[in-house]
Amino acid sequence: MADTTGTATPDMVAPEGDATGEGVRRRDFINIAAVSAAGVGGIAVVYPLISQMAPSADVLAESTTEVDVSAIEPGQAVKAVFRKQPLFIRRLTPDEIKQANDVDAGSLRDPQTLKERTKEGHEDMLVTMGVCTHLGCVPLGAAEGENKGEFGGYFCPCHGSHYDTAGRIRKGPAPLNLEVPEYEFADTVIRVG
Amino acid sequence: MSFPWANHYEPQHPLMKWVDDKLPLPRLVYNAVGAGYPVPRNLNYMYNFGVLAGFCLVLQILTGVILAMHYAPNSLVAFGSTEHIMRDVNWGWMLRYMHANGASFFFLVLYLHIFRGFYYGSYKAPREMIWLLGVVIFLLCMATAFMGYVLPWGQMSFWGAKVITGLFGAIPLVGEPLQVWLLGGYAPDNAALNRFFSLHFLLPFVIAGVVILHIWALHIPGSTNPTGVEVKKESDTVPFHPYYTAKDGFGLGVFLIIYCLFVFFMPNALGHPDNYIEANPLSTPALIVPEWYFYPFYAILRAFTFDLILPAKLWGVLAMFAAILVWFFLPWLDKSPVRSARYRPLYRVFFWILMVDLAALFWLGGAHAEEPYIMFSQIAAAYYFLHFLVIVPVVSSIERPKPLPYSITEAVLGKDDDAQLDAVAAAKA
Repeated sequence: MADTTGTATPDMVAPEGDATGEGVRRRDFINIAAVSAAGVGGIAVVYPLISQMAPSADVLAESTTEVDVSAIEPGQAVKAVFRKQPLFIRRLTPDEIKQANDVDAGSLRDPQTLKERTKEGHEDMLVTMGVCTHLGCVPLGAAEGENKGEFGGYFCPCHGSHYDTAGRIRKGPAPLNLEVPEYEFADTVIRVG
Repeated sequence: MSFPWANHYEPQHPLMKWVDDKLPLPRLVYNAVGAGYPVPRNLNYMYNFGVLAGFCLVLQILTGVILAMHYAPNSLVAFGSTEHIMRDVNWGWMLRYMHANGASFFFLVLYLHIFRGFYYGSYKAPREMIWLLGVVIFLLCMATAFMGYVLPWGQMSFWGAKVITGLFGAIPLVGEPLQVWLLGGYAPDNAALNRFFSLHFLLPFVIAGVVILHIWALHIPGSTNPTGVEVKKESDTVPFHPYYTAKDGFGLGVFLIIYCLFVFFMPNALGHPDNYIEANPLSTPALIVPEWYFYPFYAILRAFTFDLILPAKLWGVLAMFAAILVWFFLPWLDKSPVRSARYRPLYRVFFWILMVDLAALFWLGGAHAEEPYIMFSQIAAAYYFLHFLVIVPVVSSIERPKPLPYSITEAVLGKDDDAQLDAVAAAKA
């Protein structure tokens, strides 16, 4: 923007006003100041134009979910909705806990123990997103009679990912364990998000 | 397309040379709004408004496309989604106020641009096509603005849609079926709202297309100027860039200051509070008025209260459309060969009387439909047509214009050496 034209107009090109011998002319200063001010102003305008596409206040207000888990029996799972996506809450049976703990976590694709994936004192409550980490389908296994896959947890029918009783990826294309969202217990209610 | 002394585009960088060979887009820009476009050296600030109108169109398209990301054109949720934009969407309040006030400022700029044309005779040969395309742009802007105002689905939106489509109902025989067809129902509802949204999104791009034609037509003879004397030689012009980019840039800065004053400090000053009440087909607001920029035409519409061969309702509609359509004939109604009102003492007086008349129509269009405003509207509307259909043709044939300067250079510098040479040559011959 500094060299604007190349047009031969006397006061633009000829440095005859440069009697002081210094390199910066008044016009250069005005030019740079004007373009800089317009540039800073332009960036300030662009920010809201980008920000408007981010989640709006009403979407953010929906981003916590509370679920009462007291009625879930061992071996049973419920589906809830968290940020418009399925949330699986599953009370593990002692057998399922044993299966999860019998595996050497270090040998897994995404090494995590059941303890790391549950809350202290609630090791039988497995709370995960019902979103396959491969390409986002909803895995089967939460509802009664559904295919739980080769490892007794969840099975994603889209591309054949198998998750174990701790929701960890064991076989298939998915790269990571089912995501455990941030949540906390308040008595028998869990508050997700 | 341009004057012979225009600068030529000569790319220095190899990449720019490469691009120029394949797609001479930088060359087009250089010749259109760059150093390659010579412009009369004496343009005043009234000549800023074309660029400002272009800026407003870009501003409206940009904010409009964004608003369309959050707005839902369904009569059940339209009003709610507008409030959702105002309250929930990040910066949504700012974007909507920018768009709503942008429409007002667009029209302000357009009016000043048009009045500039009235004063300096910009519509005269060889620039008739520029003028005709400009009137088309103005009509398209009116249609776009009207449909945009319906979208928030407030009380004024609804009743505005009902009243304006009711205008078509005044047409004999086909009027009522036409109105029902336009609305897709007997009153504005979801069908009307949906099609208005679709057209409100489309028309700005049509406007942009006609704007390109408008500028194309402009670049054939080049801009007019305050003297109305055509460019004769290089000393009459300066390159568009940097001279008028700088001048237009300054004008844009002043424009933005005033615009931001409205957007951030008085965003609803130009709107109507009733439009924050959701549309209710069973209750008409006490005073239905369009947006301020339609006031003069609304005043003309309401001026006809008596049947005269045709019903009053039809007269009002015809007069309202004729008020703009008469502009199409202006290049042929004004027969004076002198362009600028600066050298037309009589026309200049009538130009200012027309401005007063339009100011009155602006005021009357927003007033209640009762006396004495109706009588004032009738007088002002009658004068409006008198100006274009009688005064302009008559003045142009009886007026004795003041002597024109020899050239733009002489008008600016007070003397032009070529003028003396010409005079000597003429004396010899």
